[in-house]
Amino acid sequence: MDEKRIRALIAKPGLDGHDRGAKIVAQALRDAGMEVIYTGLRQTPEQIVSTALQEDVDVIGLSSLSGAHSHLFPRVAELIEEKGRQDILIIGGGVIPEKDRSDLEKKGIKQIFTSGTSTQDIIKFIKENVRD
Amino acid sequence: MTETGEGRKKELEEKLSQWLEGPFARAQAKKWQKAFTSYREEVKNLYTPLDGETDYLEDMGFPGEYPFTRGVYPTMYRGRLWTMRQYAGFASAEESNRRYRYLLEQGQTGLSIAFDLPTQIGLDSDHPMASGEVGKVGVAIDSLADMEILFDGIPLEEVSTSMTINSPAAILMAMYVVVAEKQGVKPEELRGTIQNDILKEYFARGTYIFPPEPSIKLITDIFAYCSEKMPRWNTISISGYHIREAGANAVQEVAFTLADGIAYVKAALEAGLDVDDFAPRLSFFFNSQMNVLEEVAKFRAARRIWAKIMAEQFNAKNPKSRMLRFHTQTAGAALTAQQPLNNVTRVTLQALAAVLGGTQSLHTNSYDEALALPSEESVRIALRTQQILAHESGVGATADPIGGSYYIENLTDDIEKQVFEYLDKIENMGGMEKAIESGYVQKEIQKSAYEMQKRIEEEEEIIIGVNKHKLDEPTPGDLLAMDPQVEKQQQEKLVRVKEERDNKQVKGKLDSLHEAAKNDENLIPHIIDAVRVYATLGEICGVLREIYGEYRAPTF
Repeated sequence: MDEKRIRALIAKPGLDGHDRGAKIVAQALRDAGMEVIYTGLRQTPEQIVSTALQEDVDVIGLSSLSGAHSHLFPRVAELIEEKGRQDILIIGGGVIPEKDRSDLEKKGIKQIFTSGTSTQDIIKFIKENVRD
Repeated sequence: MTETGEGRKKELEEKLSQWLEGPFARAQAKKWQKAFTSYREEVKNLYTPLDGETDYLEDMGFPGEYPFTRGVYPTMYRGRLWTMRQYAGFASAEESNRRYRYLLEQGQTGLSIAFDLPTQIGLDSDHPMASGEVGKVGVAIDSLADMEILFDGIPLEEVSTSMTINSPAAILMAMYVVVAEKQGVKPEELRGTIQNDILKEYFARGTYIFPPEPSIKLITDIFAYCSEKMPRWNTISISGYHIREAGANAVQEVAFTLADGIAYVKAALEAGLDVDDFAPRLSFFFNSQMNVLEEVAKFRAARRIWAKIMAEQFNAKNPKSRMLRFHTQTAGAALTAQQPLNNVTRVTLQALAAVLGGTQSLHTNSYDEALALPSEESVRIALRTQQILAHESGVGATADPIGGSYYIENLTDDIEKQVFEYLDKIENMGGMEKAIESGYVQKEIQKSAYEMQKRIEEEEEIIIGVNKHKLDEPTPGDLLAMDPQVEKQQQEKLVRVKEERDNKQVKGKLDSLHEAAKNDENLIPHIIDAVRVYATLGEICGVLREIYGEYRAPTF
């Protein structure tokens, strides 16, 4: 296989401490052959974007279960755009009400995955949407 | 085995093997599905007196008596029902106060306060890191002014109040004491609980501020202060709930919780306290997951193990020091976003397990919590679930009603054995602080969580609506939405408080807190003095951050 390995950043923006899902997704992406960096808790959007650029990732996965997603996720997308790196795929997950989803998707979060999602669906989505 | 002699035992063994080869084998040939506990022990098809060697008096005893397997009180729910305590709080103090009054009107018997994340992490609402989080997962409290509103019109001598607050527990408790004071209620009359369990924050919940050592010092300050001034207050709620939510199995939940408990007892003894002075006020908090019988056994095992630890390892003489009293919350992680009304059934089963397991208080989750913060209607149904269990189901009529079941006793023994194996291992690592520092606890939980996820995806584990009996369903309506103005209003309120208070006084109190922290004094009286003059949570934590530093979590 000469295909370049996908590099992913799994990040916890804000103050939320629920990281079961983030860690499971990180592990599943690793098992699927991706290189994964997990930021740990309490990251500002600025820190996340800086790590993403430094690590030259193809995809950023944001996780929040504290209800701060509408505030934090678009800020990450905004900063990524400011850096001119719209090629980086941004996805999100957590307890995110349906009505917030379309808004987030409009603001640059390509897809929102909520409770009950199979990690296989996330892997598939990343593989199909990461720019070669 | 209780009364059967050797001869009867042999006869039973023979009959059992005949049955296994006969009727059971015939049934098995048609369909054989393996069953496992959450900790991946295979469950047999049938349990008999041959499983385990239960000695009634030694292993079970009577409710209210050592080793408390059958419950901590002699009369259990005939004497008094469990406390129905719904965890609630959101947006502003005004809004939350309205929800508490509603819940009390609806027959709830205790309060349980949810604080927002900035409050839990010791940040005022105007801190840059608080942006977007104010009033989201709980109520925002910046100063005594908010706390006064939160408990407005609620008589603190009558209700007991549980507060989910850990790193800044001393500060919120101090505010509660001062609010009570203003209502004319003395500290010794106050009943309630602060979670105050920092260790699990480092590996399962995430709202730490300071490094472990000064954090544990603050905890022992609270133990010392309350054993003197607040005898009816539960000084800590040693919590397995979040450990289980993070993905631990039932054995890990009990083992890591009790290991945390052991660490606190050791710290208090090292600080010079007498075990029987503080141990009676330790309380616990567990999760109730879907496997009803396993959960019942888990609660029974936890009580027996703690009793043995306190009696044998710590030489506690007061029976109350040996009692594991606990609150239960049904498992948030078991709620599904798909077909959310099914969660009512899940919560009912989990609540049943908690009651069969002898819980002292209970929170039942609302069916819509995998989607959003619960609405008033869904919260009411959750409370009604408890009321139906209490008044219609009859399960509270007799203590430990399924104790004595061959399976339950076997499971209880099995969980106890495996928990002690973990406890020995942790002891050999140098205690729970070391086990956390090395990442051992985190890795154990993560492994269980990931394996469970894989079993769900491979459909070895069934979740209705998620990987079986799925439906295309419309988006649920009527979800609670948060007013986006809350953050701004809270910040404005904070500005007003800082304008109206005597800032010279505040500085004086913060300075003496600084001195006391430097000199390793008991900080509780100083914190009470500071909150009384409206020093904010962020200011008080700021002083402590200066001296103690901040914890940075490694990633494993």
